[in-house]
Amino acid sequence: MLKGATFIEKSIKDLKRKGEIPLIPYITCWDPDLETTEAILWEMAEVSPACIELGFPFSDPVADGPTIQKAVVRALEHKPTLENFFEFVKRLNDKGYPIPLVCMTYYNIFYRFGLERAVKFALDSGLSGFIIPDLPIEEANPWLKANKGKGLATIFLAAPTSSEERIRKIAQKSSGFLYYVSLTGITGARDKLPEDVLERLQLVKSLSSIPVAVGFGISKPEHVKMLSPYADALVVGSAIVKIVEEKGKKAPAKVKEFLKILKTF
Amino acid sequence: MKVPNKKGYFGKFGGRFVPETLIPALYELEEAYYRFRKDSSFWKEWREILQEYAGRPTPLTYAANFSKYLGGHIKVYLKREDLLHSGAHKLNNTIGQVLLAKKMGKTRIIAETGAGQHGVATATACAYFNIPCVVYMGAKDTERQSLNVFRMKLLGAEVIPVYSGTQTLKDAINEALRDWVTNVKNTFYVIGSVVGPHPYPMMVRDFQSIIGIETKKQILKKEGKLPDIIMACVGGGSNAMGIFYPFVRDKEVKLIGVEAAGHGLDTNFHSASLCVGEPGVLHGTLSYLLQDKVGQIKGAHSIAPGLDYPGVGPEHSYFKDTGRAQYVSVTDEEALEAFQVLSETEGIIPALESSHAVAYLMKIAKNLAKGTIVVINLSGRGDKDVSSVKKYLEEKK
Repeated sequence: MLKGATFIEKSIKDLKRKGEIPLIPYITCWDPDLETTEAILWEMAEVSPACIELGFPFSDPVADGPTIQKAVVRALEHKPTLENFFEFVKRLNDKGYPIPLVCMTYYNIFYRFGLERAVKFALDSGLSGFIIPDLPIEEANPWLKANKGKGLATIFLAAPTSSEERIRKIAQKSSGFLYYVSLTGITGARDKLPEDVLERLQLVKSLSSIPVAVGFGISKPEHVKMLSPYADALVVGSAIVKIVEEKGKKAPAKVKEFLKILKTF
Repeated sequence: MKVPNKKGYFGKFGGRFVPETLIPALYELEEAYYRFRKDSSFWKEWREILQEYAGRPTPLTYAANFSKYLGGHIKVYLKREDLLHSGAHKLNNTIGQVLLAKKMGKTRIIAETGAGQHGVATATACAYFNIPCVVYMGAKDTERQSLNVFRMKLLGAEVIPVYSGTQTLKDAINEALRDWVTNVKNTFYVIGSVVGPHPYPMMVRDFQSIIGIETKKQILKKEGKLPDIIMACVGGGSNAMGIFYPFVRDKEVKLIGVEAAGHGLDTNFHSASLCVGEPGVLHGTLSYLLQDKVGQIKGAHSIAPGLDYPGVGPEHSYFKDTGRAQYVSVTDEEALEAFQVLSETEGIIPALESSHAVAYLMKIAKNLAKGTIVVINLSGRGDKDVSSVKKYLEEKK
């Protein structure tokens, strides 16, 4: 069975070959509760996303806008632990969950848990990789060391402010995919994306030998239409979390519907 | 060993844990700061402003009555940052950073504030330099410190209440970071303490070191020798770092940082990150933190709003681990008592923050040898606290 970074890369490639748009939806685990999270994950799987970003809530999410901040508050009411998170992922994978799952959370959670221990738990659970938005490549050596030779995806972010030289380094240290942040700002649905995003995406793609996903602000079919020819995958977060906020336990079917619309724009 | 190193580490603490978008801005800031750090005309300009506009040097006052109150066997000096323009040591740093922002061609200043002191000092510097200023402040703090909100507005700043998280200082920092991520091209983020990603802890330390540099000259003139003990309160730790740093190599000088024990260290209501916290990453830096087992950041508490922060500067964490400084704590009650004692004995109303340092000396004075010379950094004045102290005292009755 495929695992880790290779699982994600293959998943993106397969979808592209089929002419489908590789989406990477994000939800916050435990928002509003674990049953709903699981139900959303199964519904989403039916739309064949490339990968799913499952957020572990952190009290101080500096890279996130109001929508995800509120989701984090809802999720934290369950007082989740990282052990619980890995148990949940393992349970899903034992049931044959077909889509690669990556964990998105802030560095302190892993620092506290122990970097090597986190990697070990991740491998046991069948998690495919990690995104840590407050871990720039300069600070990543201990984390990369813990991940060395394990095959898990270490996904780093590149931003509109990153120089070519930095993007090249970020691509070298990333596996699974490189996450290009479309705009200078925090997560959250936007009406419009920056004008130079396509140009920047072309540049990033030319500097990266692994797939490039683009995220932040993507919330509409127009965005998908505009970006999909230029990116290998598209991350959609706040727009989905907003549905969870509004529909609560009834969100799973609605999320699926929304993803379908995005995919067919 | 010289700290911080090139990557911004003080031993194992410090670093630059921020979203990628900000990393180039931190390099730009670091490069500019290193350039101006070597430029004597930058420091001359900064010193002149502090002298002509802000009232430096501040006096080192011999507290004869208070010394007598403590038993008369020790000599207590107070470094009078309470006399600095805008009421606390904060202006040393904000004048420095806003001057740097101007030199870097930045056109907009943002800042966070807890109690409002750093917000007021930033708004003051921005009014002085005529540059737009936005201050983020936890919604709870805007209610508790409404006078400071008004003060900032008078000074021309825009104050934005932050409703996320605990609605206090840590959330104001989150929101300021989010603003910076969004407006990084034209905006300079003025951080108020020796916290945050590199180069902030180093830069704020350098600007605040004027406190210790003056203290050293003044005490040598008055006593002909260095003090035995220097004490300062520690929230984020900028006033303590400012007075400690010029004495770091003078091993005979004992450095004591006093944290807020709030309702007690065994409760969830304190701000003693160094005394009982554990290392972790918050607001761009690796340092001691108040956090739970999972790594979620805990809310802090202190009667002194300026100490109400779950983290602390990385260089203090380094001093703790190397043993160069000792970190202790006093409770709200003890600080409140010190607030009154210093007011009565010396006619100086200390800020509740600074009262923590005064309170610790009151606790240990009887054990100190005859002739011990102690310097307390009186980091701010207590005018801002009188109404809340009045309330506390009335409730106690």
